[in-house]
Amino acid sequence: MRRTARDTEESARRISRRGLLMGGAMAAMFAVLGARMRFLSVEQADEFRLLAEENRINMRLIPPERGLILDRNGKLIAGNEQNYRVTITREDAGDVDSVLARLTRIIPITAEEMDRVTRDIGRNSPFVPIIVADRLPWEDFSKVAVNAPTLPGVTPEVGLSRHYPLIEDFSHVVGYVGPVSEKDLEERPNPDPVLRIPEFQIGKIGVERWMEETLRGAAGNKRIEVNHVGRVMRELERTDGTPGQDIQLTLDADIQNFVQARLGEESAACVVMDVNTGELIACASAPGFDPNLFVRGITQRDYSALMEDDHRPLANKTVQGAYPPGSTFKMVTALAALEAGVITPETTHSCPGYIEFGDRRFHCWKRGGHGRVDLARSLAESCDVYYYEIAQKVGIDKIAEMGRRLGLGMRHDLPMSAITEGIMPDKAWKLERWGQEWRVGDTINASIGQGYVLASPLQLTVMTARLATGRAIVPRLVRAIGGKPVDMPEAPSLDLDPAGLRSIREGMFEVMNTQRGTAFSSRIADETMVLAGKTGTSQVRNISAAERARGVVSNDQLPWNRRDHALYVGYAPFDNPRYAVTVVVEHGGGGSAVAAPIARDAILRALHGDIPPLTAYPASQRGRIETDLDALRERLRNTGPSGSSRA
Amino acid sequence: MSFLEYQVKTVPGGLRKVFYLNWPLVVLVAAVSSVGFLVLYSIAGGNLSVWAEPQMKRFGVGMVLMFAIAFVPIWFWRNMAGLAYGITILLLLAVEFFGVVGMGAQRWLDIGPLRLQPSELMKVTMVMMLAAYYDWLDLKKTSRPLWVLIPVLIILIPTFLVVIQPNLGTSLMLLMGGAAVMFAAGVSIWYFAAVAALVGGLVVAVFTTRGTPWQFLHDYQYRRIDTFLDPSADPLGAGYNIMQAKIALGSGGWGGKGFMQGTQSRLNFLPEKHTDFIFTTLGEEFGFVGAFSLLILYGLILFFCFTSALQNKDRFSQLLIIGLAANFFLYLAVNLSMVMGMAPVVGVPLPFLSYGGSVMLVLLIAFGLIQSAHVHRPR
Repeated sequence: MRRTARDTEESARRISRRGLLMGGAMAAMFAVLGARMRFLSVEQADEFRLLAEENRINMRLIPPERGLILDRNGKLIAGNEQNYRVTITREDAGDVDSVLARLTRIIPITAEEMDRVTRDIGRNSPFVPIIVADRLPWEDFSKVAVNAPTLPGVTPEVGLSRHYPLIEDFSHVVGYVGPVSEKDLEERPNPDPVLRIPEFQIGKIGVERWMEETLRGAAGNKRIEVNHVGRVMRELERTDGTPGQDIQLTLDADIQNFVQARLGEESAACVVMDVNTGELIACASAPGFDPNLFVRGITQRDYSALMEDDHRPLANKTVQGAYPPGSTFKMVTALAALEAGVITPETTHSCPGYIEFGDRRFHCWKRGGHGRVDLARSLAESCDVYYYEIAQKVGIDKIAEMGRRLGLGMRHDLPMSAITEGIMPDKAWKLERWGQEWRVGDTINASIGQGYVLASPLQLTVMTARLATGRAIVPRLVRAIGGKPVDMPEAPSLDLDPAGLRSIREGMFEVMNTQRGTAFSSRIADETMVLAGKTGTSQVRNISAAERARGVVSNDQLPWNRRDHALYVGYAPFDNPRYAVTVVVEHGGGGSAVAAPIARDAILRALHGDIPPLTAYPASQRGRIETDLDALRERLRNTGPSGSSRA
Repeated sequence: MSFLEYQVKTVPGGLRKVFYLNWPLVVLVAAVSSVGFLVLYSIAGGNLSVWAEPQMKRFGVGMVLMFAIAFVPIWFWRNMAGLAYGITILLLLAVEFFGVVGMGAQRWLDIGPLRLQPSELMKVTMVMMLAAYYDWLDLKKTSRPLWVLIPVLIILIPTFLVVIQPNLGTSLMLLMGGAAVMFAAGVSIWYFAAVAALVGGLVVAVFTTRGTPWQFLHDYQYRRIDTFLDPSADPLGAGYNIMQAKIALGSGGWGGKGFMQGTQSRLNFLPEKHTDFIFTTLGEEFGFVGAFSLLILYGLILFFCFTSALQNKDRFSQLLIIGLAANFFLYLAVNLSMVMGMAPVVGVPLPFLSYGGSVMLVLLIAFGLIQSAHVHRPR
């Protein structure tokens, strides 16, 4: 519409006025923005500069290389193996599905694995590498590497993972490593931050667990520049950590292997110890298991199989198994009586096959009885009645005291899991444990290592070593840490009467080396390596009077888990002791028939430093022994020359 | 018909128009855009092709468009106002039905190779429409309720269409941009006072009823407001953007960390670092000096717009220039307030700096119109 000049003037004036108002408002806003700018970037600059720095730089831990575990000759027991794996990174792969499909044609990937990979890819940021295949054989790994150009985003990687080349031989002693669990973190008041690294593994049982701190070493760290989603942009600085220290054990891998093979399929334990230093030479529990399964993450099926096996492969029977020591305990009773002065080695007792006490009848293993027996003969023929008699004279408290002096009923501190204290009962113990008075019947049972008495094969070995040397030998498992030998102080004397000890040893000699001795058939013929020892057969059930009247059922006719335990303790050479040995075969039957031959082979192996020659065995047995040893040789692992290397 | 038609003879014709362009404004626009190229180059880690180059191409196309528009007489654009407004409304509706969903909101319309944001274009065409309306309207009727209702509808229809996209930032800018034209046209101050009182009352009502059964908003909406008021309370959640932006700006200090030295943006701590939050990179790398210089450049652009408007005697031209300048001001004020933690995070780009085709083109179209009004002003 047409406007008059006046209207135009009026319009322009009004717009100018309003325009100036708006301009003023804008200028004010500009002032506010400028002031804010100044406030942020000048007045608060320092604070924000700090925040920016924190934003940018991140600390990352570099996991240390785990220390090796070696045997006494430097043979590798636990090492770090190169682990070939293949990862995929989503953002580099582009079309993940087609890349994975191509990868499946090169290496086998199960459907479940594939599901896991797809799930992990979906859950993580695109730049996070996801493990597609782990522990690939070298052939598959190289196939992936060769095909890498056609597989965008797929990276063949080499990492380190724990490896146990000797498989089941050290499964119990050394144990295994596994992923860090919530429980592991809770157990530690100040967990090492390195434990929070995903896929970091720590010792779960055995030496791996109890010497974890030594083996682990200290983590290094690197300062890296990251962006807000955590992607590493570049490394600014790196401090290398210290690798874990190597641990050299006192065990001899070859002897351990021999013993493990000798135990075979039995549910059994065998300990060989150097009687002068207390060093454990072999510490085998059978059956074993493959610790490598646990490192990789054991399948439910494998784990159930191990758990359901009635031979309990997961248990370390050498330190964890507490058995009634049976007749192997008789030395303790006898020595207590000798020390107390209630008997001399010449004291005799008559054995009619049983004694009656109160309304109970305590039987000797030999129904007809042994007639008159002295100390040596009581050990050689393992007369029970002799001990029933002397135990009543000396009393349980003195027996228990002697047991503890010889290393029973106490925990021997070794870096192994679930070490039992065993039970060395006395009056106070029964009152505390069961709230009952100790009775003489209990003493009678305890005198032959039955009733409440429980001991582990390790404790029995310590007992034998102390009997053989008269010194307070302490078991040792670690020979050197990080190349530095562990201090081994001379064991102090037990201050036992030498004459008494001599008569005990004499009895143990007769067990092996006299015709009537219970383990005569397991003697060592080599005169320089004479074996002295004691057999034991411990009942795992009570034999009722009615049963006894029908005639005691022989072990062969009983179900396996109701048969007697077979035990043997011994040392050799008799005149100059070097090794003590203990063998426990669970539900094995008789100690002389089952345990003693194993112990003889084990100690001969240790003494000879190789598979024992036939000349060490009695001439009459050599034919059978030769076939046995040949069969055993087949089962031994060819471990090759000793020596270690970091993988 | 405005009086302008009688004075056509005094308007420069043909190529001589080049000499009558508002050259300081052209230079300032080019300068601000160049700052943008520099920052985009730096954010890409010294790579031209990522953001800077496409931005330069758009700027080139936009400049050509600007000059073309500037050479067309302003009365043509006034006559086109209704049509342009109608077409933009149709485009907004098209986005609603065929639009591409980007960033969780429908904003783009694919027309061949061109990806257009009609809501940006709306800011210009709506101002054109309102200016043309007030040019047509009898001066005396300006403040009469019925004649106030019509421009209110002109503003509310596109605002509604943008809100449902949803794009709160742009719709608020449409509201305020439209109000600026109405204010400049001389609509009684009482209308604005009434609206301000209403909004203020609403805000008070919203907050005083919080926690009562008759509260206005959902709890999560209240929490968002909380986060806005104190972003550090939720540094990894909704407050993250603002916190990181403030860190970037603040750590720049007085002189900045230097060109290409900004860690915040280069290390991807900053979200939307090349678009809405581009100012933070500038502040980080060039410090207070750099950021304040940009503010001065913006101030000069507005200054030249307003002087041009005040020199002009044509009502349409005046209202158009003021409306577009107000829009320009709103872009930068909202963006800077948001980046500096003074306003909620709403998707508003920084004019001539933020990476993005639609905004660059629309801004240069707007400056083309301002130039056209300047060249063809009555003398």
